[in-house]
Amino acid sequence: MQKMPAWADVVLIPLISLLLAAILSGLVILAIGENPWEALKLMISGSVGSSYAWGYTLYYATNFIFTGLAVAIAFHSRMFNIGGEGQAMLGGLGVAYVCLFIPWPHWSLALIGATAASALFGAAWAALPAYLQARRGSHIVITTIMFNFIAAAFLNYLLVNVLKPMGAMDPATAKFPAPTHLPSLHDILGAFGIPFSKAAPANVALLVAILACVGVWLLVWRTRLGYEIRAFGHSESAAKYAGISPTRIIMLSMLISGGLAGMMAINNVMGEAERLVLNSTEGAGFIGIAVALMGRSHPLGVFLAAILFGILYQGGAELALWTNIPREMIVVIQALVILFTGALDNMVRMPLEKLFLAIRRGQSATTAGE
Amino acid sequence: MSTPAIELKGISKAFGPVQANKDISIRVMPGTIHGIIGENGAGKSTLMSILYGFYKADAGEIWINGKKTEIPDSQHAIRAGIGMVFQHFKLVENFTVLENVVLGAEDGALLRPTLARARAQLKKLAEEYELNVDPDALIEDIGVGMQQRVEILKSLYRQADILILDEPTGVLTPAEADHLFRILESLKREGKTIILITHKLREIMEITDTVSVMRRGEMTATVRTADTSPPELAELMVGRKVLLRVEKAPARPGDKVLEVRNLSVTDDKGVKRIKDISFEVRAGEILGIAGVAGNGQSELLEALGGYQSATGTILVNGQPIDLTGSKSDGRTRRDRGIAHVPEDRQREGLIMDFQAWENVAFGYHHRPEYQKNRFLMDHAAMKADCERKMERFDVRPPNPMLLAKSFSGGNQQKLVVAREIERNPDLLLVGQPTRGVDIGAIEFIHQQLVALRDQGKAILLVSVELDEILSLSDRIAVMFDGQIMGERMPAETTAKELGLLMAGIRGEAA
Repeated sequence: MQKMPAWADVVLIPLISLLLAAILSGLVILAIGENPWEALKLMISGSVGSSYAWGYTLYYATNFIFTGLAVAIAFHSRMFNIGGEGQAMLGGLGVAYVCLFIPWPHWSLALIGATAASALFGAAWAALPAYLQARRGSHIVITTIMFNFIAAAFLNYLLVNVLKPMGAMDPATAKFPAPTHLPSLHDILGAFGIPFSKAAPANVALLVAILACVGVWLLVWRTRLGYEIRAFGHSESAAKYAGISPTRIIMLSMLISGGLAGMMAINNVMGEAERLVLNSTEGAGFIGIAVALMGRSHPLGVFLAAILFGILYQGGAELALWTNIPREMIVVIQALVILFTGALDNMVRMPLEKLFLAIRRGQSATTAGE
Repeated sequence: MSTPAIELKGISKAFGPVQANKDISIRVMPGTIHGIIGENGAGKSTLMSILYGFYKADAGEIWINGKKTEIPDSQHAIRAGIGMVFQHFKLVENFTVLENVVLGAEDGALLRPTLARARAQLKKLAEEYELNVDPDALIEDIGVGMQQRVEILKSLYRQADILILDEPTGVLTPAEADHLFRILESLKREGKTIILITHKLREIMEITDTVSVMRRGEMTATVRTADTSPPELAELMVGRKVLLRVEKAPARPGDKVLEVRNLSVTDDKGVKRIKDISFEVRAGEILGIAGVAGNGQSELLEALGGYQSATGTILVNGQPIDLTGSKSDGRTRRDRGIAHVPEDRQREGLIMDFQAWENVAFGYHHRPEYQKNRFLMDHAAMKADCERKMERFDVRPPNPMLLAKSFSGGNQQKLVVAREIERNPDLLLVGQPTRGVDIGAIEFIHQQLVALRDQGKAILLVSVELDEILSLSDRIAVMFDGQIMGERMPAETTAKELGLLMAGIRGEAA
C-alpha cells in the first residue's frame, strides 16, 4: 500500500520545501536590512520577466540539465559523481580543439563534432576514477573531487602555456571561427516568427539538452543496460547473482555520466563564449548535484529543477546588480534551496506521510461507519 | 489459581495501514513454558517487542505479577524482570563473556568490583542451570550455541524472572537445541517463566506447557500443549488443513547432470571455506545438503551459481564449466541450463525496489523473448510473462506492478521459484527454499520441487532445516567445516545421526 499519492511525492514535497527555503531566505534578507518582497519581485522579473531574462535563465538551465543528468545517471548505479565540474572543463577542451583545428563547413556539423568531442573528453576524465572504484575500491567521491582540482590545474597550464594565442593577455584560446558559431534562441525562434531577445546567450544547445533528457530516460528505463544499471544500484549482491558484472556497470555508468557533464561545453564554451576561458564552468558541475537530488534522478525532474536553478542563478545576478544585496547572498539562497530540497527532504516528507495516512484512516473509518 | 506472571489485555498495534496486533489477550502462569507460534508476519515479534518496550501499543494493558505496568522502554522491561534473547544476538564480538554480561549493568565507575561480583554470580548460575560458559573466552571465539547461553546469562544476571526467546533454535544443531531445552527445563523448575516464540511445531510439542497460536495479528487459540497435535496447530496457524509431509514417489535417477570434483573455495579474507569436496547429482533426484549455517553451503551455491571463484572441476552434463574469469558468471551458468533459487531472496534473488514484472526477467533479461528490438526491452512481454507466472504459482496479490518488497516472504519466494523453475533447467540449485515462508507456501514450493524432479531434472537442495532435508531429499550429504562428512539415504538414517554429522562427529557407520 502506498503511503501517499504520487502527485504529493513529486509535486507537493518539492513545493513545500521550496516555500520553506524562500521564507528562510526572506528572513535573512530582512536581517541585512533589505526588503524581501522587493528582492523577490526583482528576482522574478530579472529571471522570467522578459525574453532577455528568459534567455539567460534558459542558458544557465541548459548547463544544469547536462550536469544534473550526469549526476542522475551515476546515482542510478549508486555512484556519487562529484566530478562534473572537472569533466565539464575537459569537455570544454574537447570543444575547443574541435572548433579551432577542424575547418567546419556548417554549424550543424560543427555541433555534432563538438558534442562528440566534449562527451569523449568528459568521459575520459571520468574513466580513471571509475576504474579505480571498480577495480581498486578507491571511493568515487574522493577520486572525482580530486580530479576536479587536477582538471582545473591542467586547463590552467594549457590555456596559459599552450592554447593562448601569441601576444594575447588573458589566458584563453583564440575566438572560434564563424562557421562554428551556434544559432541562438533569437535565431531559432525568429525562423518561426517569434520575437526573442538577441542579446541573451541561450542557444541551440538547449535543444540538445532536451534530447539528452529523452535519451537518458530511454536508456535508464527502456534498455537492458539501464535495467542492469538500476539493478546494480539497488543491490550489488543481487546483480552478482544475476551475472551482471559490477566492473562493467560502474565503468559504463560513469563514462556516460562524464560524457553528459562534458557535453555542457557545447552550451557555455561553444554557444556562449565562443572560445575557451579559464574557469568556464563557473560551478555548474556542483549545481548539477543539487539539480539531480531535487529532480530525484529522473530526467523530467532534472529538467524542471534545472530551470528552477536557472531562475535562481539569473535572478540572483539581477539582485546583485540592482540592490545592495551582495552576490554572496545568492549563494546563501541557493544553499537554502539545496538544503531543504535535498538534505532535509525527510523533514517535510515524514509529517506529510503521517497526514495522508491520518486522512486515509479517517476516510475508511467513515465509510466503515456508514 | 495463582496470579499470572504476565497478562496482556487487549493489546492492539498498527503500523500505518497494517494492523500488526489486534486486541490480543494472553495469560502466562509463573513457572511454565508458554509457546507462541504463528507464521511470519503473524505479529509474534511485534507483540514481544511491545512487552519489551520497543514499541508502544495503541491500546491495551500489560500486567506483570498482578500489577499493571507501563513499559515505555527496555530499561523498564528489565526492571520489571523481563529478559529477552533475540534471534540475532546482541553481543560485542571482541569482548569476553564476562564483559558482555556486565555491559550496561555495571555497578559504578570502576569495572573491577563489578567483574568480580559477576564472576561469582556466573559460577553460581552455571551450576544451577547447566549454563557452562568460560567467562574469559572472547565472544568471537565461541560457537553460536555458547553465544546464546551468554545471552540467557545476561538476562539472568539482571535478575530476569520472565525470559522471552525469539526463534532460539534457528542457528543451532539438533544437539545444541536439545541442550537449550534442558536449560529451559531447569529454569522452569526454578520457577522462571519462559515465553518461546517459534514457527517450528516440533519444538512447541516437545517443550511447552501451553501454546498460543497467532494468525494475521490475532490470537486464534490458546491451548494446553498436551491437548493438541501438530496437524491441529498447523491448521490453526494457516486457517486450513495442510500437508505436513511431502508426498512423493521413489526417485528414478538417470544420468549424471552435475559432477563436482575436488572443489575448493577460498574467500576474500583468505579463509578456506570449501575444502576439496566431490559429489554428483543425477537427473531425476534431489540431493539434499544438510548442515548448520556457515559450514560452506553458501559458498558452494555461490560457486555453482557463478559468483564465487573456486578451484577444482565442475562438469554439467559431462562438460566442464569455468570456475574463474569472465565466463564464470550467473549469465553463462544460466545459458548452460543451471537455474538458481538463492538462499537470500532479499539480497540476491530479487531487487526489492523493482516491480514484480521487472524481477520476473532478472538474470534472464538478455533472453530474446524480453527484447522489443536491438536496443529496447519489451515491457509488455515482461508484464504478460509475470502475470502468467503469478497465476501459475498463485502469487498473491497477483499484481505485476507492485514492488517486490511489498509482497510477503512466501509470495516473494514464489516469484523467485517461478522464475527459475519455469526456465525448465537441467539443474536447479535451491538454497533455503522455505526460509521465512509461511506453511501454506512451503507446501506449494515443496510440491513444485518434487514435480520438477519427476520431470527428470537434477536438484541440489541446501537447507538448514533438517525436517525439510529429510522429507525432500533422495540422498543426503552433510556438510561440516567446508567438508562433506558423509552421505546417507533418508530411509536409512535418523535426525540424530545427521545431527552428529552436522556437529562434525563421524559415527561408527562412517
